[in-house]
Amino acid sequence: MPKKSEVKIIFESIKDMPPLAVSLYTMDYNKTGSWRNVRPIIDYDKCTYCTICWKFCPEPSIDLEKIEVDGKEKFKPIINYKYCKGCGICWTECPVDAIYTEEESE
Amino acid sequence: MKLSIPEEEIMGHGHLACQGCGAALAMRYALKAFGRNTVMTFPACCWSVIDGPFPHSAVNVPLFHTCFEAAASTASGIKAGFDAQGKDVNVVAWAGDGGTYDIGIQALSGAAERNDDIIYVCYDNEAYMNTGVQRSGSTPYLSWTTTTPVKHPKQRPKKDIVSIMAAHRIPYLATASVAFPEDMITKFKKAKDIKGTRFLLVFSPCPPGWRANPENTIKLAKLAVLTRVFPLIEVENGRVWKLTKKVRTVKPVSEYLKLQGRFRHLSEDDVAVIQENTNKDWEILMDKVGEKD
Repeated sequence: MPKKSEVKIIFESIKDMPPLAVSLYTMDYNKTGSWRNVRPIIDYDKCTYCTICWKFCPEPSIDLEKIEVDGKEKFKPIINYKYCKGCGICWTECPVDAIYTEEESE
Repeated sequence: MKLSIPEEEIMGHGHLACQGCGAALAMRYALKAFGRNTVMTFPACCWSVIDGPFPHSAVNVPLFHTCFEAAASTASGIKAGFDAQGKDVNVVAWAGDGGTYDIGIQALSGAAERNDDIIYVCYDNEAYMNTGVQRSGSTPYLSWTTTTPVKHPKQRPKKDIVSIMAAHRIPYLATASVAFPEDMITKFKKAKDIKGTRFLLVFSPCPPGWRANPENTIKLAKLAVLTRVFPLIEVENGRVWKLTKKVRTVKPVSEYLKLQGRFRHLSEDDVAVIQENTNKDWEILMDKVGEKD
């Protein structure tokens, strides 16, 4: 399994390179959040914790956190803005319109 | 609450897919179903770019980039290697529609005829999207691509790869759609436990190539099933055809077509012809399934 690395690996010399073209690291260095024009924001007052947004996220940039609501275990979706490309699937598919959008300003 | 699909994410962040990519979503579901005991091989396709540059990889399972026409034969070779070592690993050939319908079909046909113990997944985005939307064998009738411009849209229907693979009498063959992840993961898990060549066709919309909005990816994949353009089926041993998603209220194909810029040039007559073709294809499929509705 590749190692996690938040920086892009560049080999200084041929001696640093592995003997085969193998993948050594994940793509975590590539912060695709900079591609985003529109920022999706989850309104947790409306959210029913159905996890449909998590299910259809192609990045995957929606993480799940286990929480308890009225004594029942539920999964709270949290958007990871480091990697969210702002494709819009989550706010189109949300059945209760709990995800609203803002123009990206950062 | 229980999640309807496995929670573990094997596919990593930061891959290079376009916004709203159906192929990235297909890979995410596929890895959830296959698990970490998987080795993949990619021919030239979108995923050979999405995966990222060396030494980085977004897939997080061992993978082998191979040449365009050799996805199935490379997978056969990898499987033979593991067999010699006495290891039981899922070997997956992961190809786009160009590498399956056109360029890779002889390798696929060979592997299917030998019944090599591999899983072949084709994510179907209906053109050569990676190189800039050129027409492929999978491009639908009257669709726009850069090589079939609006004045001369594609005049031939989409190749029926499901029937071609069914004719090889492989143990398992299924179609899936990214809009129905539960159905897709059930099929992928079922395929994982079967021995022999397994072929899975995943319908994965491509927003830039289809000139559609990225937020409509799931909507398009869903409409393709609901309009009967892309039926979800399973075929066992090439003989037993099963319909896995029964559509109660069928929608007209125009609803599916109007969301896509590649069909913007169609006249009402053209849409009627596409509707008629879809109905005919459905009847032929129903004869094979042996159901009437």
